[in-house]
Amino acid sequence: MDFMINTFGFYFGTFLVILGQALLVVVLILVALAFLMYADRKIWAAVQMRKGPNMVGAFGLLQSFADFIKYIVKEVVVPAGADKAVFFIAPMLTFILAVVAWAVIPFADGWVVSDLNVGILYIFAIGSLEVYGVILGGWASNSKYPFLGALRSAGQMISYEVSIGFIIVGVLISTGSLNFSAIVNAQDVGYGALGWYWLPHFPMVILFFVSALAETNRPPFDLPEAEAELVAGFQVEYSATPFLLFMIGELMAVVLMCALMAILFFGGWLSPVEFLPDGIWWMVLKMGALFFMFAMVKALVPRYRYDQLMRLGWKVFLPMSLAWVVFVAAMAQMGVPAYARWAIGG
Amino acid sequence: MVIATLAFYLFAGVALAAALMVTLSRNPVHAVLWLILTFFSAAGLFVLMGAEFIAMLLVIVYVGAVMVLFLFVVMMMDVDFAALKSGMSKYARIGTLLGLILMVELLLVVGAWSTAGLAPEMRAAVAPTPDDVENTVALGQLIYTRYVYLFQASGLILLVAMIGAIVLTMRHRPDIKRQNIVEQIYRDADKAVELVDVKPGQGI
Repeated sequence: MDFMINTFGFYFGTFLVILGQALLVVVLILVALAFLMYADRKIWAAVQMRKGPNMVGAFGLLQSFADFIKYIVKEVVVPAGADKAVFFIAPMLTFILAVVAWAVIPFADGWVVSDLNVGILYIFAIGSLEVYGVILGGWASNSKYPFLGALRSAGQMISYEVSIGFIIVGVLISTGSLNFSAIVNAQDVGYGALGWYWLPHFPMVILFFVSALAETNRPPFDLPEAEAELVAGFQVEYSATPFLLFMIGELMAVVLMCALMAILFFGGWLSPVEFLPDGIWWMVLKMGALFFMFAMVKALVPRYRYDQLMRLGWKVFLPMSLAWVVFVAAMAQMGVPAYARWAIGG
Repeated sequence: MVIATLAFYLFAGVALAAALMVTLSRNPVHAVLWLILTFFSAAGLFVLMGAEFIAMLLVIVYVGAVMVLFLFVVMMMDVDFAALKSGMSKYARIGTLLGLILMVELLLVVGAWSTAGLAPEMRAAVAPTPDDVENTVALGQLIYTRYVYLFQASGLILLVAMIGAIVLTMRHRPDIKRQNIVEQIYRDADKAVELVDVKPGQGI
C-alpha cells in the first residue's frame, strides 16, 4: 500500500513538473505570438509607408489582444453543406500540432520540455501532419474555393517538405545525432559565429529559408489562400474562433521555422563571439532576427505562380539539396573537420 | 511500469477501435481519417517498445505522405453511397471467410511463438539490446553499412517501378498550351513591348 502511494506520488509529481514546463512554454509563446503578430503588421506597414496598427494601447501594442477578444466573441458560422465534425477538427488540428512541436525545441542548454534523441524527426513528423489541417478545412467547408485551396496546399507542402528533409539530413550527417541539443553543441567549436553551420552549409541556409516560406504558406508562396484567385483559399468559410485557431497555428509554425533555422544553422543559444556568455537571449535574438526576415519577405516579394512554385520545388530545390547531401556525406567520410563535427569531438 | 502498461492498453485500444471504424464508417474521407488515427496509435506503440525511430518514420512516411495522397484521391472521388452499401450483403460472406482464415493464421503464429519447444531460445535470440548505440545508429549501421548493396538494389527496383509508372501514364498532348519558364524569364521589354504609331481614327 505504502509502495503504491509512493509510486503514485512519484508519477504524479513528475506529471505535474512536465505539465508545468509545457504550460510555461505554451503561455510564453502565445504571449510572444501576440507581439510578433503586431511586429509583423508594423513591419509590413512601414515598408508600405503606412502607420499600421496604432489605436489600441500605446503605439497600438495591444492590437493583437483586441483582435483576440473580437475573434472569441464573434459568431461561429458553419456552412449548411459542411461536414461539421471535420470542419471543427481541422482548425484544432492545426493549432494543436503547432503547439506540440515546441516540446523538443531547446531554448538554452537543457531548457527543453522533452530532450528526445530523435527530436528532429519528431519536428519533421509533426510538420508533415500540418498539411491535414489545411486539406481537411478545405474539404469540410464543402465549397469550391476552399477545396481548390486545399488541393494546392497539399501539393505545395509535400513538395517542399522533401527538400527541407534533405537539407536537414546534411546537418545530421555533420552532427552525427538527431538530438537538437547535440546539433547546437556540435556548432560550439571555439570560433564563435564562424563555427556555426551557416558557413559550411551556406547555400542550404537560403534553400531552407525559401522552403520554410513555402512550407508555412507565407507570402510569396501563400497560394492556398491567394486572395486574388481564391478569395481566402481554405479559410473562406471560417470565422471567429476556428479562424483564430488557423491563424495562430500558421503564425506559430512560422515562429517554429525561425527556431529551427536558429538551431540548425545559427548555433541556437550559442554566443556569436567567444567573450560573451551563451544563453537563451541569443536564441530569442536569433529567432527575432529571422522573423524580421519572414516579415520583410512578405512585404517585398510578389506572389509566385503555382506552376513556378512546383517547378522550383521539384526541379531546382530537390536536385540541389540531394546533391548537397552527397557532398556533405563525402566531406564527412573524408573527415573534413567543418563537416564531420563528431570526428573532432565538437 | 504501471504507466507504460496503461499507455499500451490506451494505444492498443484506440488502434483497434479506429481500425474498426475504418471499415464501418460510411464516408470514405472519414474512413481515411480513422486510418490515420490507427497509424498514429501504432506509432505510439512503437515508442512504448523503445523503437522511437520506427515510430517517427511511420508517422512521416505513412501519415505524412501516403495518407495525404489517399485523402487526396478519396476527396476527389464522386462516391455514390447508396451503391456502395447495396453490395454489402453480396460481399459479406466472402469477407467473413477471409477474416476467419486470417484470424486462424494469426492464432497459429502467436500460438507457435509462445508454445513451441524452440520458442524460448528463438525469442531470446531475436533482439539483442544494444547497450552503447541508440537504435537509430544501429539501424543506420545495418542498412547503410553492412547491407548497403542490398539496400541500393531495393532502391534501384523502386526506381525502375517509378519510371515504369511514369512511362505508362505520361502522354504529351500537343494541343494544349504549356508554360516555358526559361522563355518567360528571358522575356524583357524589348521583346514584349512594341511602339506603334497609330493614326487618328484608324486603330491598329
